[in-house]
Amino acid sequence: MRGMEADRARWILIAVVVVAACALPFVVSSYRVFQFNLVLVYSIVLIGLNLLTGFNGQISLGHGAFYAIGAYVAAILMHHAGVPYWATVPAAGLTCFVAGCLFGLPALRLHGHYLALATFALGVAMPQILKYQGLEHWTGGVQGIVISKPKPPLGLPLTQDQWLYLFTLAIALLMFWIAWNLLRGRIGRAMVAIRDHPIAAEAMGINVAAVKTLTFGVSALYAGVGGALGAVVVQFVAPDSFVALLSISFLIGIVIGGLASISGAIYGALFIQFVPNIADQISRAAPWAVYGLFLLAFVFLMPTGVAGFLRLAWARLTARRAAAGGPIREPR
Amino acid sequence: METKRWLRALALAALAAAAFAGCGEQSGYEQGVSDTEIKVGSTNPYSGPASAYGTIGRAESAYFKMINDRGGVNGRKINFISLDDGYSPPRTVEQVRKLVEEEQVLFLAGTLGTPTNTAIHQYVNSRGVPHIFVNTGATKWGDPKNFPWTMGFNLSYTAESRIYARYLLENKPDAKIAILYQNDDYGKDYVEGLKKGLGDRAAKMIVAEASYEVTDPTVDSQIVSLQASGADTFFNVTTPKFAAQAIRKAYDIGWRPLHILNNVSSSVGSVLAPAGLEKSVGLITALYFKDPIDPQWANDDDVKAYTEWFRKYMPDADFKDAFNVSGYLIGQGVVHVLEACGDELTRANVMKQMASISDLQMPMMLPGIKWDTGPEDFFLIESGQLARFDGKEWKLFGEVVSAR
Amino acid sequence: MEAFLHQVLAGLANGAVYASLALALVMIYQSTHHINFAQGEMAMFSTYLAWAMINAGVPYWLAFVSTVLASFVIGVVIERAVIRRVANAPVLTVVVVFIALLVIFNSVAGWIFSYTIKVFPSPFPSQPLFGPYISTHEAGVVGISVLVLTLLYLFFRFTPLGLAMRATAENPVSARLAGIRVGWMLALGWGLAAAIGAVAGMMIASIVYLDPNMLSGVLLYAIAAALLGGIDNPFGAVVGGLAIGVLENLMGAYVVGTELKLTVALAVIIGVLIFRPTGLFGRAFVTRV
Repeated sequence: MRGMEADRARWILIAVVVVAACALPFVVSSYRVFQFNLVLVYSIVLIGLNLLTGFNGQISLGHGAFYAIGAYVAAILMHHAGVPYWATVPAAGLTCFVAGCLFGLPALRLHGHYLALATFALGVAMPQILKYQGLEHWTGGVQGIVISKPKPPLGLPLTQDQWLYLFTLAIALLMFWIAWNLLRGRIGRAMVAIRDHPIAAEAMGINVAAVKTLTFGVSALYAGVGGALGAVVVQFVAPDSFVALLSISFLIGIVIGGLASISGAIYGALFIQFVPNIADQISRAAPWAVYGLFLLAFVFLMPTGVAGFLRLAWARLTARRAAAGGPIREPR
Repeated sequence: METKRWLRALALAALAAAAFAGCGEQSGYEQGVSDTEIKVGSTNPYSGPASAYGTIGRAESAYFKMINDRGGVNGRKINFISLDDGYSPPRTVEQVRKLVEEEQVLFLAGTLGTPTNTAIHQYVNSRGVPHIFVNTGATKWGDPKNFPWTMGFNLSYTAESRIYARYLLENKPDAKIAILYQNDDYGKDYVEGLKKGLGDRAAKMIVAEASYEVTDPTVDSQIVSLQASGADTFFNVTTPKFAAQAIRKAYDIGWRPLHILNNVSSSVGSVLAPAGLEKSVGLITALYFKDPIDPQWANDDDVKAYTEWFRKYMPDADFKDAFNVSGYLIGQGVVHVLEACGDELTRANVMKQMASISDLQMPMMLPGIKWDTGPEDFFLIESGQLARFDGKEWKLFGEVVSAR
Repeated sequence: MEAFLHQVLAGLANGAVYASLALALVMIYQSTHHINFAQGEMAMFSTYLAWAMINAGVPYWLAFVSTVLASFVIGVVIERAVIRRVANAPVLTVVVVFIALLVIFNSVAGWIFSYTIKVFPSPFPSQPLFGPYISTHEAGVVGISVLVLTLLYLFFRFTPLGLAMRATAENPVSARLAGIRVGWMLALGWGLAAAIGAVAGMMIASIVYLDPNMLSGVLLYAIAAALLGGIDNPFGAVVGGLAIGVLENLMGAYVVGTELKLTVALAVIIGVLIFRPTGLFGRAFVTRV
């Protein structure tokens, strides 16, 4: 009985959040809409990274590279081929899926720190590849590509910011829903089993190599979708937008948000979007120092991330309420 | 009932908003201006790998502090809001939207970096926000036809390169040139400019090119390669740390080419001294402002005023750092434009005044190097003067060269 | 041929930079089984301490020794005050703590000492060795790396303390049962790593100039060097560092050009690791079911 109640409470909460997210662009300023649009973009990337790192146990310090590939696929398709912005999103996702699987294959042989190094190297090398002369015709080299902002379709009475926000929100909801379905099914259990005990998972008949490679691909797909949306929102791609720090920010996002938690992606995205600005407001002399202190504070206060903290707080709250409501009657 | 109350609340909110917006529009003002204050916005990398440039933003703030202490411009204080973008284009877009839409600045001045400014180029021009004293040397900031709200500050990288190209064609037409450049827009602009300046002789004269990444620990390997190419002329397009490394390494391995150093790294205090003054003898660069550390300006009035300002308003900063001068110059420029605007503080007028600077000799600029713009000419600084380092100071030689 | 030799020597000099930071990484791995991303920034900060002392007139060697001792203390304090709090947290949480330390040290150094480059003196004479190709200082860096390496080897191999530290990293629970004070062993590991980092920083600074970003770019190379050599092997770290330095220079000068040398060098390193997953000199690890 109580389980069902908690389930219902959760659904109500999710519905409230979705409704609030839909209403948001109509109550805050354009600038805030733009900021929350980026939060949605980052949250898509963070679910993807969490699938790989949180649920499957493969560390990636290079997801900024897949984000960059997605962004460039979108920008190049729009700029050189005149493809409409909405069609670039699946194209970016598929390109990154392939790229992710290709990278995931050799990564099968690398574990722990070695995988971290390989992915970090990918993140560091990406700007250099984007600047490369041989690709300059397509990538615009160091100058990057400027793209124009899409207008709302069908003459809807929305500003460009509002429309783009709602478009991103729709895709984000879809991506969350897919991740949720993926995780509660067979594949999700296989992913977690591999993280917790690869050898036992293998013995149980799970095709470890296939699951790990596909997880890498799906995770890159999420980053690519996020990258394409990010490019459209920011209207510009350049090698300097995708430096190694971006990959590090994504990692920070999933840890602060909560490893192996779907809702953690939202908290993490809020953190990487807003905390650097708060740090800048506190100290112009050393904003990074303030940012670092924020990181330490979050990690110390919520070692399992914001999602873990909230789960714990919720559990305590309900336990107390149950206690206050008198002793729980034992079923006869 | 419910709807009515909602409607009333909405109407009230709209009224309040209108009244709020109206505040800025009395007596020909635009947003960001009142009788006591003018809001000016900027972005700078205060955090991240490019934070060495952060001192420019701090110098700008310090300059406006001095102006405000003296009563401001026409009785209005300058409220300079400079935000951190970490040299990341997406964050520049975000911060500039904050400045324009939330802070409602009158205009933007001194935003730093080529990729970062490229990201906001379209936005500010579609919104009609003056985007002036753009602090990078790319040529795209001087395009009044397509981008009438944007104007750059620096002598452009390609223009500076053209000065060197002209010098080489005149004095060393058979030079074999080796180039070291930073692998980004800044480095590539310089290389491009040199090639254009040399014209059809470029392919013959340039014998080697090598790039470096800002993450490289040293440029030793590149210097070795360039020396091995047999070049007798070295075009050094590097930022301060790598410039110092390159000067030292070239000297240490016994390579003594005609060494042309880009203006970015011409600081005696923060580049040549660490590289070794005796190793820097014979370097050639194009200068356009005075280096406060250079002994030849020790008794110069501009430098005295600069030093006094620095000691009072930036006591903790590094005096040797020549980046501070560009912050000081941009501060002066903003004040000049505001003074020219008088009480007609509108965005259109800011741009109009910006585009009608004529033959202006600014303090701290080299004698004879003047600011000059026009409705069709969106390049503020277009000339430089070559100088050779003699072991103590930059000795200017030749005429002031226009790179037009 | 002469240019080739010259490239190799320049590569060895860069490689010595990677190797010395890689040694500090190996040190902390030996005693805690973590790779400390903040190692480079901590070393940079230590170097600033030495620079400030030398600038104030303290003789070089006195400043050197004081900095090594101060860095040891800083390392111990960081372990006790910061790292201990996340001792039981997931690995990635610890990584985030390292990143936090990295940005804090970087930003505070820029704030206190400004971003202009500083000349850091070298204890070695300035005249070149072997003709103009390699300076005495660069050779000295290699020499110091070898010295630190030997001392480390002896320490971990032959002293009871070294053994206790290795045991702590390998299996903290059993180590505690055997009477080792695990907490202090970890703090000691951090202290030693910080001290080695300080030596590396002071050696590197006189080659590349001291600035707050001095080691941020080097970090990736150092991690690659440590892993390529085998993360638990100090000897491997030095070989890995030198190999990467030479490999990168030769790639840039003769194979792919400077624009892609970083990318190609990294691809080669990862390629090697795919075929030798424990690095060139690492011990194969056995997983128990």
